[in-house]
Amino acid sequence: MSGMKKMTKTTRNNLITYAMVILLFVIMQTLVSTGNVSSLLQGLLVPLCAYIILAVSLNLTVGILGELSLGHAGFMCVGAFTGAFFSKCMADAIPAAGFRYFLALLIGAAAAGICGILIGIPVLRLKGDYLAIVTLAFGEIIKNIVNILFIGRDADGFHFSTTDTRSLGLLPDGEVIVNGPQGITGTPKDSTFFISVILILITLFIVLNLIHSRSGRAIMSIRDNRIAAESVGINITKYKLMAFSISASLAGVAGVIYAHNLATLTAQPKNFGYNMSIMILVFVVLGGIGNIRGSIIAAIILTLLPELLRGLSDYRMLIYAVVLIAMMLFNWSPKAIEWRENYTAKFKRNKKEA
Amino acid sequence: MSFISYLINGISLGSVYAIIALGYTMVYGIAKMLNFAHGDVIMIGAYVVMAAVTGAGLPPIAAILAAIIFCTVLGVLIETVAYGPLLNAASSLAVLITAIGVSYLLQNIALLIFGANTISFPKVLSIPAIVLAGGSLTITGEAIVTIVSCIVIMTALTLFIKKSKSGQAMLAVSEDKGAAQLMGINVNGTIALTFAIGSALAAVAGVLLCSAYPTLTPYTGAMPGIKAFVAAVFGGIGSIPGALIGGILLGVIEIFGKAYISSQMADAIVFGVLIIVLIVKPTGILGKNIQEKV
Repeated sequence: MSGMKKMTKTTRNNLITYAMVILLFVIMQTLVSTGNVSSLLQGLLVPLCAYIILAVSLNLTVGILGELSLGHAGFMCVGAFTGAFFSKCMADAIPAAGFRYFLALLIGAAAAGICGILIGIPVLRLKGDYLAIVTLAFGEIIKNIVNILFIGRDADGFHFSTTDTRSLGLLPDGEVIVNGPQGITGTPKDSTFFISVILILITLFIVLNLIHSRSGRAIMSIRDNRIAAESVGINITKYKLMAFSISASLAGVAGVIYAHNLATLTAQPKNFGYNMSIMILVFVVLGGIGNIRGSIIAAIILTLLPELLRGLSDYRMLIYAVVLIAMMLFNWSPKAIEWRENYTAKFKRNKKEA
Repeated sequence: MSFISYLINGISLGSVYAIIALGYTMVYGIAKMLNFAHGDVIMIGAYVVMAAVTGAGLPPIAAILAAIIFCTVLGVLIETVAYGPLLNAASSLAVLITAIGVSYLLQNIALLIFGANTISFPKVLSIPAIVLAGGSLTITGEAIVTIVSCIVIMTALTLFIKKSKSGQAMLAVSEDKGAAQLMGINVNGTIALTFAIGSALAAVAGVLLCSAYPTLTPYTGAMPGIKAFVAAVFGGIGSIPGALIGGILLGVIEIFGKAYISSQMADAIVFGVLIIVLIVKPTGILGKNIQEKV
């Protein structure tokens, strides 16, 4: 107990977040092993972990850096396709599934991170809402490119094409790895619930430590007052780029998890499009912008709830839109803030009188 | 000859982008916000025309007028309910996320009412094509109407802002809200007027766009909306002639990219333009460089 008191408030808060994830994992695992979970829900567990990582990493951009990214699904797409491509190429060369998966994660994260840096360099030195629109454009471009990309392999090495499989000119023994709109088929199913939860914990460790480090405070100072931060000698572009590229590479990790859970990986509007980016944004907004634990809870509730309430599926997106607008109006409109303050003041006064 | 016909197609598409970009640029100039839902107002306008023509059997002119009125009301409604309360909020992110929410809401309402299937847009502009150079060059009626409407709208809007009292009030509000209010200008009314004009233009753009590309889904407006924003940034956001120049250049780039480089990569080329503009001249072709004071 005394040890608990010595800890700072932030450490305690962080430990609660880790403990929550572990506890949820244990509960879920027990339910699965006792056969209380439908197969539909079981199939959702790994994607759910990917969504949680996406929500936490987007919160780093939106909540801590204070910029809006609408291309998070695009970074996820980059991670998914590079990771799956690597795993499929190396399926024979590296038989050890664990090691191969580890390398795929690193490669997916690196590829998404590099894309983040490439986009961030021109955009993050600007003030204003440009990042939102450029990341949105990036997500669409990536989807476009993946859908026209054909890659095959034979004894001569790799062949690339942007038209169809026949123009690859493969030898008879060659195999098509990336098949344009049909995507990548036969990625090894290496993502398990256990590994995904470990990756959530690692993501949390990276993000929470970044927030409470010197760099994290620099990033938040840019968010709160750019000019003041610049005047005390903080290198704005460097820290913005740092936060954004870390966020992008974590989205890449989520993509690798997502890809290694599917038999066929294709880039469709449904999984890597604008809607996906918005869905992650809803997780972040509903959980509380800047609140990492909130993002996790919101991701879990909003993923599982529509599956449990099947009848609402038509209205799901409509509800998301209303949630976005209502949350923003309630949290940020000066009138709502005033009303809330009056209300809490009245509530406190009543409590005192009682 | 194919070069000239591509050029005309490009200018025609660019004129639509320019009309949409006007809505972005005016709202950005006055409210300093990026109205993400602008593209979806275009889609709503097109659906209203479609419903009025095929459903209610109205003549095309009446249907277009109905769409303009509907979108104007919708634009003012969106401004009052969703954006207005947030325009003085501490976080600029709040109003941006709200705008995304509104965009998403409009798409999903259209999805629930009209379904996800592609609907073919009725023919509302019946103007014969012009055949030049012995049949080797055809200019469609839609292209002529689009280019002419763009010129008319641009001229009318420039005159409105330069000559009328409300137009001057708009300029004043975009320059300095507080000072404008002290001069007795109704700031909220001016902002509402800007949204009304922007949304009415969106309805016109919706008709022109769907006449040139006669398919309609709930997502029809999203992509042209984003491209028009690129056009607004390209020409210099906040500047009306900038929207015209940016829109037409972007339309020509897109059609040439489709024709000479790759039809699948046309969108990527357009967004590539945005990234190059942001690297080379972030304020756009006609944008003002604003010094920030502490």
